[in-house]
Amino acid sequence: MRDLRFLRPVDERITLKYGAGGRAMRALIEQIFADGFGEPEGGGVGLAAMDDGAVLRIGDRWLVITTDSHVVRPRFFPGGDIGRLAVAGTVNDLAMMGATEPLALTCAAIIEEGFARDELARIWASIRQTCLEAGTTVVTGDTKVMGRGELDGLVLNTTGVAITDRFVRDNGLRPGDRLLVTGTVGDHGLAVMATRNELALEVELVSDVAPINGLVRAALAAGGDGVVVMKDPTRGGLASALAEIAGKSGVGLVIDERAVPVKDAVRAAGELLGIDPLLVANEGKAVIGVRAEVADAVLEAVRRHPLGRDAALCGVCIAERAGAVVLETGFGRRLLGEAEGELQPRIC
Amino acid sequence: MVSVDDGVAVVDFWGVKKVVRLDVVDVPVAPGDYVLNHVGFAIRRIPAEEIGDTLALYDELLRSSDGDLLAGDVRAELDAAEDHDR
Amino acid sequence: MNDLDALRFRDPVRAHALAEALAHHVRRAGRAPDEPVAVMHVCGSHEQAIARFGLRASFPAGLEVIMGPGCPVCVTDVPEVDEAVALARQGVRIATYGDMLRVPGTAQSLADARAAGAKVDVVYSVTQAVELARRLDEELVFFASGFETTAVATAAVVLAGPPVNFSILSAHKYIPPVMEIVAEMPGTRIEGFLAAGHAATITGWGVFEPFVARHGVPVVVAGFEPLDVLAGLVRLVELIASREVRVDNAYPRCVDKDGNREAQAVLWQVFAPIGGRWRGIAHVPNGNLRLRDEHARWDARRRFTIDLATLWDHAPSALVQHCQCGDIMAGIASPHDCTLFGKACTPDAPVGACMVSTEGTCRIWHQYGGQPDLRTIRGGARS
Ligand code: SF4
Repeated sequence: MRDLRFLRPVDERITLKYGAGGRAMRALIEQIFADGFGEPEGGGVGLAAMDDGAVLRIGDRWLVITTDSHVVRPRFFPGGDIGRLAVAGTVNDLAMMGATEPLALTCAAIIEEGFARDELARIWASIRQTCLEAGTTVVTGDTKVMGRGELDGLVLNTTGVAITDRFVRDNGLRPGDRLLVTGTVGDHGLAVMATRNELALEVELVSDVAPINGLVRAALAAGGDGVVVMKDPTRGGLASALAEIAGKSGVGLVIDERAVPVKDAVRAAGELLGIDPLLVANEGKAVIGVRAEVADAVLEAVRRHPLGRDAALCGVCIAERAGAVVLETGFGRRLLGEAEGELQPRIC
Repeated sequence: MVSVDDGVAVVDFWGVKKVVRLDVVDVPVAPGDYVLNHVGFAIRRIPAEEIGDTLALYDELLRSSDGDLLAGDVRAELDAAEDHDR
Repeated sequence: MNDLDALRFRDPVRAHALAEALAHHVRRAGRAPDEPVAVMHVCGSHEQAIARFGLRASFPAGLEVIMGPGCPVCVTDVPEVDEAVALARQGVRIATYGDMLRVPGTAQSLADARAAGAKVDVVYSVTQAVELARRLDEELVFFASGFETTAVATAAVVLAGPPVNFSILSAHKYIPPVMEIVAEMPGTRIEGFLAAGHAATITGWGVFEPFVARHGVPVVVAGFEPLDVLAGLVRLVELIASREVRVDNAYPRCVDKDGNREAQAVLWQVFAPIGGRWRGIAHVPNGNLRLRDEHARWDARRRFTIDLATLWDHAPSALVQHCQCGDIMAGIASPHDCTLFGKACTPDAPVGACMVSTEGTCRIWHQYGGQPDLRTIRGGARS
């Protein structure tokens, strides 16, 4: 289904907002990147679907492919680093398509002249460790070095492939379905932001970056065909993920804000900086849409997984207000808007 | 407020620690006090008992709208919730 | 604030009860359906709280809460931005709050100037600007915006003795005088004002007494947690319904009659109120805060010759003349009355200041989808 909100034309120049994961980026993909590529043969998922990855038919099974480029500043942050982020991001994108057994990854590096060898070694140690956790490995790659100042340190690109018997889209919700988030939201985004020393905050926030294919496997095993939508709320946070699945499914979502798990320290830092934890990136979480009948079973299965202990059911799909996400705050209701461009901390 | 040192204080906001300046707060402050922060400056000490006073005032507002049945229902719910808190 | 206490000002059960009380008093006012009780708040933080917690969905139908000129960034006037832009283009390093970066001047914003090579730094506090100046061996001008509460911080820094290469370009504003302007606007429907708790913490609620006496409309001082806003509105509508005209303090934990005298002393020792334009509103007598003569050496306007003529080679954007920020801040128009809203004017390509600041009405409406009526949604998340 074509979502009308995507129709704003892309500006003459590509600015930072086109990389922020929100409406602008979807417009860019739809109007330029996906233009003319059509759907893959055999009923898979192509670029135009703007899902987390592509799905191609291989006999009676499905091959899932996804790719991701990573830059993060700082490259080492509490709870992770760019290497862990690169592996987890790709493994999780595969998992969001229902492919929880990644066959292998590729990893390409673009390096700025003068980059320290030891730092590279540390990042690769982290990549190996994260692969181990996800049950996968890196099988090929590519290296480019660019002149000083031509890029900011290091860019990693990872591609992942996996084979699955059943894949899950991000548009399968219907009224009555429930939404589950697999843990606390806002951890990664606020942890990275709090490292900026000009904010002069002292707080122990830790990124949630982790591969969650094991957790997703448990959810799929418990919910079977009742698991109808999965999305990882990375850039743009929970708000963007919800807007996207609501828009693509053509349903309204009602989210109970008090049921959405948020750590106290994340809430407090968000409050001080004027940044809503629902709008910032998560790197080890998923939003899962399930039929009401299996909601409790899936919740229980996810909670039994070490990375899903804080999981909660936090929303329901309605027929009204298709494409909108309504947030019940406990005090009233509002629409949950998506982040516009880069989030700026306010004066505090 | 966690500590005070030479015109600045460290305040704790749900586990987030932040430094605020005390240049313009009008009464002496000490660790344990609450302060109202604005752009990195404490602008008022908030005595703990005044927090209770504000809530009492809000409950007073509810009482003054007596005669409204619905509000009465909710007030009963509120009292029950209060008892539960204690 | 400690978690438990903060939670108590975010207690949904009390909030529900206060919303019922609000409805009760609105009914008591006994208006025709097309004549809602109209009140105005003059504080971006109030609008933030109302929007963020979705309070409008719990307001009764017969109440209209209008956002007034409560966003300091939005009312910063074009000539003030022009001064900062001209200084930056003359090669002087400017530090300012992030919100000020994209406020449009006649031809350029500070962000445009920066893109063209000017030195502009974003800071999160005036203290940070001073620290930056200490590390530099060039001039640093702090382009200061904000109402009296924020001006107190700037004043404290001046009195503490900043480094010699530091100076201030003040766009600070003083709220009480603009309330007079809004109250006197022809055709205004405002029957009462909700005043900002932070500002009143400094000035005391007594500062509003002459205003109330002159204009015959009640003023209630309110804080920023959802309960604070609701309680303030309950109090205000109660006064309106019973035709009582006075100042009431619904934020007693932070505000008293006299305010923070020490902070007032600091503020008025450094700043003097002078008349000046607020963007889109009018000339506001005593509405601008400028450095007093005794502190002239910290005043960028007196330290530098600001050559505004350098800006005249740039044509102003043709869109600007359609911007309705002024009418919106005066409470006589809403963003939907502006043909540019959400189309040619968005947060990443703002035409007017109201779309720039996170406290601006257009920006807030854009973020939260305007003021959709969400009172009747079936099938809530808890059902
Ligand atoms: S939408 Fe933009 S142009 Fe229109 S009034 Fe608001 S700020 Fe001005």
